[in-house]
Amino acid sequence: MTDLSMVVQDSWTEAGRHLRIIPRNIEVLIFATIQPIMFIVLFSYVFGGAITAPGFTNYDQFLMPGIFAQSLVFGSAFTGVGLAEDLSKGLVDRLRSLPMSRSAVLIGRTVSDLLRNIFTFTIMVVIAFAIGFRLEGSFAQATLATFVLLLFSYSLSWVQALIGLSVKSVEAANSAGFIWMFPLTFVSSAFVPPETMPGWLEAIANANPFTIVTNASRALYNGMPVGNDVWYSIGWSLALIAVFAGLATRKFGRSTSA
Amino acid sequence: MPEQLAVEARGLEKRFGETVALAGVDLEVPRGALYGLLGPNGAGKTTTVRVLTTLLRPDAGTARLDGIDVVAEPHRVRERIGLTGQYAAVEERLTARENIEYIARLFHLPRQEGRRRAGELLERFDLVDAADRVVKGFSGGMRRRLDIAMSLIARPSVLFLDEPTTGLDPRSRLAMWELIEELEHDGTTVLLTTQYLDEADRLADRIVVIDHGRVIEQGTADELKDRIGGDRITVSIARIENQAKALEVLRQRCNGPVDVEGDGRTFSGPIRTGDRVVPGVVRALDEVGVDVLDLDVRRPTLDDVFLTLTGRPVDAADDDSDGVTGAPLTKVTS
Ligand SMILES: Nc1ncnc2c1ncn2[C@@H]1O[C@H](COP(=O)(O)OP(=O)(O)OP(=O)(O)O)[C@@H](O)[C@H]1O
Ligand SMILES: [Mg+2]
Repeated sequence: MTDLSMVVQDSWTEAGRHLRIIPRNIEVLIFATIQPIMFIVLFSYVFGGAITAPGFTNYDQFLMPGIFAQSLVFGSAFTGVGLAEDLSKGLVDRLRSLPMSRSAVLIGRTVSDLLRNIFTFTIMVVIAFAIGFRLEGSFAQATLATFVLLLFSYSLSWVQALIGLSVKSVEAANSAGFIWMFPLTFVSSAFVPPETMPGWLEAIANANPFTIVTNASRALYNGMPVGNDVWYSIGWSLALIAVFAGLATRKFGRSTSA
Repeated sequence: MPEQLAVEARGLEKRFGETVALAGVDLEVPRGALYGLLGPNGAGKTTTVRVLTTLLRPDAGTARLDGIDVVAEPHRVRERIGLTGQYAAVEERLTARENIEYIARLFHLPRQEGRRRAGELLERFDLVDAADRVVKGFSGGMRRRLDIAMSLIARPSVLFLDEPTTGLDPRSRLAMWELIEELEHDGTTVLLTTQYLDEADRLADRIVVIDHGRVIEQGTADELKDRIGGDRITVSIARIENQAKALEVLRQRCNGPVDVEGDGRTFSGPIRTGDRVVPGVVRALDEVGVDVLDLDVRRPTLDDVFLTLTGRPVDAADDDSDGVTGAPLTKVTS
């Protein structure tokens, strides 16, 4: 078997393991889906009256892409927790003793998490439409916007993979995986325009790759000019994948169960 | 050319920061043998297994498996080994059958063959009734059996079992022992680690005693015991008047000095293993009219071996095991 076909086959075997488990562990999926729905409803109704988003038809048109982006980013945390679980259960030792592709364990994990995220994303979009969100650009623009979001989420899965392999317990993977996502997603353009923040915070928010990704998809969903944000977003995602896939794979090659 | 070794390790060293886990381990396991790696908590058993199974790179030393270098060609080594780690490595939300088939796929067995092997292994490991149940509800013994079944899927040349009975209840332990004995009969080379002396005694052809990351002694269980002095006989008699007669008999039969205990009616001395000394002693005492109250033959346990070798009992280290550590005591009462 060639190296490449082994990577593909083993990755698929690994992804299959995770996907098969999802329906047996349905609460996890249900709560992973309820959370973004709650965010959509809460933000839209609680802040919708108070916040105006200049240039947009209404706050929902501004807000929804931000919540889509945030939920997808949060969804990446599953990767770290899942790997930490494999480590703590001794499965990593077993897998590393098999004549299989080493990167397949991580690729299978990140890909299955991406598929899970696509599922929750779809539900979220349906709910968003139900409360009044509309695509104001073309279908092609909306597709590109979705691609940008999913790619960024996928790139963060690799960051989470490194975290999950680096901490000593599942609980730690959970906290370490979530904690930085709050500043990442709130110090950004996701919920309010950065111009309304104090100057120093506005500077940080504007430099935040999450802002760039949010802006790119927001402009595309609303049929607005998007400038170079799409390219920057894709560039950020690919750079994160390149760096963190390398680091995580290396780390995996040295990981042993506790 | 010497017969090929299944496992051959020379001077393995491994440290984790300040901790020296392996301080130069040498190990040779011939094909088809069952070797026991015996040592207390933290001795370096798991680390040794991890180096031999390509999970850890040694800081120094070399290791070959079926002649293949574990550092240079890890992939080829992985094709030939089965590993059952210290912690049962099963996917809890898959069924027993799915777990085995999953590992079969990672070994790149054709799907049909994977299915067939899974069926065989489930049967052999007494998991047929539970085959299609999710592993989450399995007992410790069932998990262990499944774990070993998963390690055997590709008919490994060498099987590593890291503390296969730790945490099992006595009945599952016994079942596991029988299973391991069967594996050996099939010709699989087995390297088993254990903290239990009776386990090594019962299962292993040869025992390698490891402590502080170093092999401190090795041999068959009997050799290890003989090395610290063989069996001891202890005789208690009914009446102190017979002390001289009893001493006379024992001095003839023992192959070393005979001790007299404080009460003057209990004597003990070393005897050679398997020389029918005991019936002789009983008969001789009877002939001279000495009334025997009690007679004990004690084979030294591996506990004694360990104490002699390391100067401390095997469980002096912290111990989260709840297992049996004693070895059998032969007792004959007349
Ligand atoms: N990944 C690691 N990081 C740091 N120290 C380690 C690591 N693995 C093992 N050690 C240390 O190396 C020494 C040998 O550990 P090892 O796990 O090989 O012992 P063991 O004989 O298997 O013990 P046990 O019976 O408790 O399983 C111990 O002091 C242990 O704390
Ligand atoms: Mg161990």
